[in-house]
Amino acid sequence: MASFGHIRGEVRMSLAEKLWQVNWSLVLLVALLCGIGFAMLYSAANGSWDPWASRQMIRFGVGLLLMLGAALVDIRHWMRLAYPIYFVALVLLGAVDVVGADAMGAQRWLDLKVVQLQPSEIMKVALVLALARYFHGIGPEQIGRITVVFVPLLLVAAPVFLVLKQPDLGTAIMLLASGGVLFFLAGVRLWKFAAVLVAGLGAVPLAWHFLHGYQKARILTFLDPERDPLGTGYHILQSKIALGSGGILGKGFLEGTQSHLNFLPEKATDFIFTMLAEEFGIIGGLALLSLYVLLIVYGIAVALRARSQFGRLLAMGVTVTFFLYVFVNIAMVMGLIPVVGVPLPLVSYGGTAMLSILFAFGLVIGVYVHRDVRIGRRGVESGL
Amino acid sequence: MQLDQFQSKQFGRRAAFIVGGKLVLLSALVGRMYYLQVLQSERYQTLAEDNRINLRLLPPPRGRILDRFGRPVALNRQNYRVVIVPEDAGDLSATLERLAQVVPLADPERRRVFRDAERKRPFVPITVRENLSWEEFSRVEVNMPDLAGVRTEVGRIRDYPYGPSFAHIVGYVAVASDKELDGDPLLELPDFRIGKAGAEKVYDLALRGSAGTTQVEVNARGRDIRELARDEGEPGKDVTLSIDFGLQQFLTQRIANERSAAAVLMDPHSGEVLAMASTPSFEPNEFNEGLSAARWQALTSDPLSPLTNKVIGGQYPPGSTFKVAVALAALESGAATPNSKVNCPGYLELGDTRFHCWKPQGHGLLDMHGGIKNSCDVYFYETARRTGVDRIAEMARRLGMGAPTGIDLTGERPGLIPTRAWKKATLGQSWTQGETLVTGIGQGFVLTTPLQLVLMLSRVVNGGKAVVPRIVRKPPEGGLIQASLAEGEPPPSLGISDASLQVLLSGMNAVVNDGGTAHGARIAQPGMEMGGKSGTSQVRRITAAEREHKKRGPEDRPWRERDNALFIAYAPVSAPRYACAIVIEHAGSGGSIAAAPIARDLLIEAQTRDPLSGKPSEPLAGRGKREVPS
Repeated sequence: MASFGHIRGEVRMSLAEKLWQVNWSLVLLVALLCGIGFAMLYSAANGSWDPWASRQMIRFGVGLLLMLGAALVDIRHWMRLAYPIYFVALVLLGAVDVVGADAMGAQRWLDLKVVQLQPSEIMKVALVLALARYFHGIGPEQIGRITVVFVPLLLVAAPVFLVLKQPDLGTAIMLLASGGVLFFLAGVRLWKFAAVLVAGLGAVPLAWHFLHGYQKARILTFLDPERDPLGTGYHILQSKIALGSGGILGKGFLEGTQSHLNFLPEKATDFIFTMLAEEFGIIGGLALLSLYVLLIVYGIAVALRARSQFGRLLAMGVTVTFFLYVFVNIAMVMGLIPVVGVPLPLVSYGGTAMLSILFAFGLVIGVYVHRDVRIGRRGVESGL
Repeated sequence: MQLDQFQSKQFGRRAAFIVGGKLVLLSALVGRMYYLQVLQSERYQTLAEDNRINLRLLPPPRGRILDRFGRPVALNRQNYRVVIVPEDAGDLSATLERLAQVVPLADPERRRVFRDAERKRPFVPITVRENLSWEEFSRVEVNMPDLAGVRTEVGRIRDYPYGPSFAHIVGYVAVASDKELDGDPLLELPDFRIGKAGAEKVYDLALRGSAGTTQVEVNARGRDIRELARDEGEPGKDVTLSIDFGLQQFLTQRIANERSAAAVLMDPHSGEVLAMASTPSFEPNEFNEGLSAARWQALTSDPLSPLTNKVIGGQYPPGSTFKVAVALAALESGAATPNSKVNCPGYLELGDTRFHCWKPQGHGLLDMHGGIKNSCDVYFYETARRTGVDRIAEMARRLGMGAPTGIDLTGERPGLIPTRAWKKATLGQSWTQGETLVTGIGQGFVLTTPLQLVLMLSRVVNGGKAVVPRIVRKPPEGGLIQASLAEGEPPPSLGISDASLQVLLSGMNAVVNDGGTAHGARIAQPGMEMGGKSGTSQVRRITAAEREHKKRGPEDRPWRERDNALFIAYAPVSAPRYACAIVIEHAGSGGSIAAAPIARDLLIEAQTRDPLSGKPSEPLAGRGKREVPS
């Protein structure tokens, strides 16, 4: 127990103390966003709880418990579990390749009979956990060494490779981006980023060669949407028409003509923001965006307040990943970036995504609850 | 501790940087939102109101099916129908209720609409009623404003102007079942039909064509504004049958009075089927107009199986017609020569079993010519015994029996040619010599389809060429059953010696023209004479007691237990150009009485019309079902 000395003061908090510490306004914010999701799913089904809204609400109930559970567990436990969770997620991802179920042309689902699992959603959280765990163990005096980045590069590359095989270009890019942000936050030297950027640009022609036809088509269509107004460009065009026709105040709840006459594709999942903006106008869109920003600000505050590097990286990593999803989804439906198939967090229909995000925010709350816990560099092994 | 602080500070700096990045991205989002929803809003509102682009499929017209001279036997006519789009209808049952006040709707139709509504996507139109009269059609049109989601359409429906007469060849079309949905979006269209039997099924892909598309601008209410672009797709190709319209009609009517019969006429040199009829038949138009479950039940449970084309799907013991194959097997294997003599005292004894000839007093001493001419059973018991069942089977298979002939129709059955190995494998018993004897007269295990019989005859009268029967003149691409011979390619030889074939030809000539079993059915017109072979096959064993006392004549027996009458014939004997096979189920009398006259009439008709000479023949005057609209 000698090495316990690394951890100062309040090592053990009672459950009641922890509950008191939980950031309830953050929980409320999350619930509010989910509530908006339910309303939009109700509208997407032409004013019916079936098939989406009701199921999503059940998942939210489960997810809420999962979130509180994750928050109350000591973050040192999560730190110790970081790698196992990562490996489980990796194995599940690999399993999709072997036994995955097809949904809209891509294998992204694992049918476990009881529930359908989308392992790439789990990986988004698992990767942040694993990288935070890794960089926690690297001191500022070591971070400059080039050898230090090999292991985390592998941690990022493995799931990216598996996800690309599914094929799911969107998620692959998201994993790369949130991985990169964690590298950056951990203090990896800037010139290395520059080097990767240059190498990456050099690899573009090569990568283009490996893209699937529909992925190439999406990028080309993004660059020139009029290229194919009835094919791939159809989604973007219809989404922009729906958004734009919503105007300032929108057409009203359940009144979105574009969405309800089926001109808008996948309105319960990827294009749910478009429906919201059609029915509630720019006011509705900005309101939703503000809630997201508020949630992100909370996350950043938690990260800055944490005393352990693991806590900081975890909270910030989750927050940045979350932000990236919000940005990519909304930018995609507005025609700012190519359609890559990324859901709108907490609002889009999808069980695994919702549970993963709620769990992730549980971790962020956990970081807040245990904000004063200090962890030695090898704290996990020695501390507990 | 210093390091810790350094780390914390560095994290803070970099986090600030990230936050800055987020702000930039966020403002991009807000800016874009402002651009789309405020600056460009008016433009998009117009687009949303007026310019919805809707992509629709245009079903291609189905190809026609023509007789060998281009006379259509399956074509398309206009079909007025009313459809409903569930998504636009809102309350489906209320809309149907209002529609029912305009045109009558039966309960099963309503149930089907509800079932389809659950099965298909909500924007796919569902057919409510088809084949509306012009008056009903106009009533719906007039009442359209009150009927949300209801549309009228003018479609095409398959029409078989000669109905039952071509039903077994052409087949019929119907809406694809769930199982048949193969990803072709055409099959999901409400009125799209695919071939379910016959040539319609075998050549479905060629007849079907490929879908065209139309891009329609639709306004917010789902109403068409204008058409932007149209791609007509590829219309289905016509399929030309080898059938001669006039002969087909003649044959259908000639056997129409039989309770259950099958007849087929073929060009023995090319394998082209010129006429093919099976009684009873069915009305194919019932299928595309939508068959009720009760009607379907009645058709499938009818003991006379009207849906079965008995020419290819009926398996019968060939009886004495099989003696053609037995004689050839004996001659070719050397087990017998044309001069081999057998004495017929009216029976043959094998062990303690007595095998009877059809002529109780016997035929006396016969050579092979006499054996064929008189269809002497004892002669062929003995010939079969000398040849052995396996060599008979080998010849039967060479002549086209015991396996599907490969004709391009659905529902062909293989028949059965027994061998020693077959019996061991399926029944687990050894072959007995008695079974060889009954095989020699086409009884016992042997089963053949009428098509196999005419194929056997064709291969004998065409000089031993392995022709393959087919129903189309030029097989189009993508047929389910591909013709095994390329077009124009001469069929390979079966390797049967001319001398053996000559024995059969002269024997079959004598059967009809030289006082043989079918003398009564001979053709008197010079140059048209036919040759042939009769067959009478038992469907039930004749007991010794019955034989002894002749107690029960055929008319005393129930219909199902009466003998089948068969006849295979070709004409003219001098240079055979037409071959046919006739099977009358449970005729009660023998093949030469019940079936040979039909063969005679058919061959006279065939030689008179002579479709193989290349000139179209006139349809039967005043006897056609109805005329085809040109």
